[in-house]
Amino acid sequence: MADEPLLEAQGLERRYGERAALADVSFSLDAGQTLGLFGPNGAGKTTLLRILATLLRPHGGKVRVLGAALPGESWKVRGRVGYIGHDPLLYRELSGRENLVFHARLHRVAEPRVDELIAAVGMQRRARDPVRELSRGMVQRLSAARALLHDPPLLLLDEPYSGLDPAARELLDPLIGKPSGRTRVLVSHDIDAGAAECDIALGLRAGKQLGLGPPDRAELRRLFQ
Amino acid sequence: MMSTAWAILRKDLQIELRTKESVPAMALFSVTVFVLFHFGLQRNALEGDLAAGVLWVTLILATVLAVNRLFVTEREQGGIDGLLLAPIDRTAVFIAKAGALFLYLVLLELIAVPAFGLLLLEPDLFKPLPTLVLLLLLADVGLAAVGALVSALAVETRARDLIVPLLLLPLLVPVAIAGAQATEPLFSGNQAAHELGKWVGLLGLYDMVFLLVSIAVFDFLLED
Repeated sequence: MADEPLLEAQGLERRYGERAALADVSFSLDAGQTLGLFGPNGAGKTTLLRILATLLRPHGGKVRVLGAALPGESWKVRGRVGYIGHDPLLYRELSGRENLVFHARLHRVAEPRVDELIAAVGMQRRARDPVRELSRGMVQRLSAARALLHDPPLLLLDEPYSGLDPAARELLDPLIGKPSGRTRVLVSHDIDAGAAECDIALGLRAGKQLGLGPPDRAELRRLFQ
Repeated sequence: MMSTAWAILRKDLQIELRTKESVPAMALFSVTVFVLFHFGLQRNALEGDLAAGVLWVTLILATVLAVNRLFVTEREQGGIDGLLLAPIDRTAVFIAKAGALFLYLVLLELIAVPAFGLLLLEPDLFKPLPTLVLLLLLADVGLAAVGALVSALAVETRARDLIVPLLLLPLLVPVAIAGAQATEPLFSGNQAAHELGKWVGLLGLYDMVFLLVSIAVFDFLLED
């Protein structure tokens, strides 16, 4: 099974009521590669990411994530993906450290890993402040630490650099960027930065797959026109 | 599973301790309702079935407030996705949420029952107190199980504030009946042991049925 792709979708479909959010989407991704998801707002990027994270059920087609067929084997995937979405998945009333300790308990990760990641994302000084008092960039850094707590083999990243200043971006790059060497699915609205990060680009518009292959900036720009 | 449930419960209690959104609101609501009954009924003191009815209906209505808020932190702060992404048995989420609601209800009753005794109750509260505590604790188990279930059902709906009472209150009718029927003799001083046993049995049965049903269906409620 060594040659099996880490991620595979064939004819993937998802609807919200009558509206097709994804229609006939197919791709595959090997270990260590990055799949970039590109497209205008409402293209279906976040829906696709949430299906891969097991947060949404596919309504048609076949999807395999880390060797498990979704949705039937979703339980095999949970705890093996690191997810950074629009919401940081952090409780505002708890401190950053309390949040990470809570998630560490859910993932059965030892507490020293929490402090290791707090240091890695440069949040030692503010780790004990309530999340509601932190800036968006700081919350995003903690969100990255949360996603990495259990050292997942697959990262699902929905605009992970939004709200980050260049210094914070540099700090997170070895953790969630291309230098991390992790298998990733990355949603980005920044075509240049996104194309530089990915090995395969998947273009989406209104739920339909418009292209799949090595990132071509000119082609990706046409998606947004 | 129990360690996961404890982690979630501890997190919920930490948040409640800091936000004070549920228990103070429930307590304030209950005391306000007692005052309203005091003036509305134009009676300085109540006893028997009227006292039992006022106490149980007030506690059940106060429960609605907590049930409305039970999953709100998960919904508003995206925490539900964090729970769904974790490799946990989802029954642990139910146990934690029902456990939190049970504790909120016990705290509410620590304030509301003495307030009821002071503001409205004619007979002495101390004599029937041990039996009343047993009845309240039995009822709290059922209220917590049904409350956690309804809260999980309603949290993803837009009209949560409307859905919770519409779903919850009919399900709590047996608790209101058994609680009030069992309490009436306590508040009128003619307690009959066999009658009390019947209502305690009903509350116990209600708890068991709703705990089992909730555990059986809770997983599906959290699915997309």
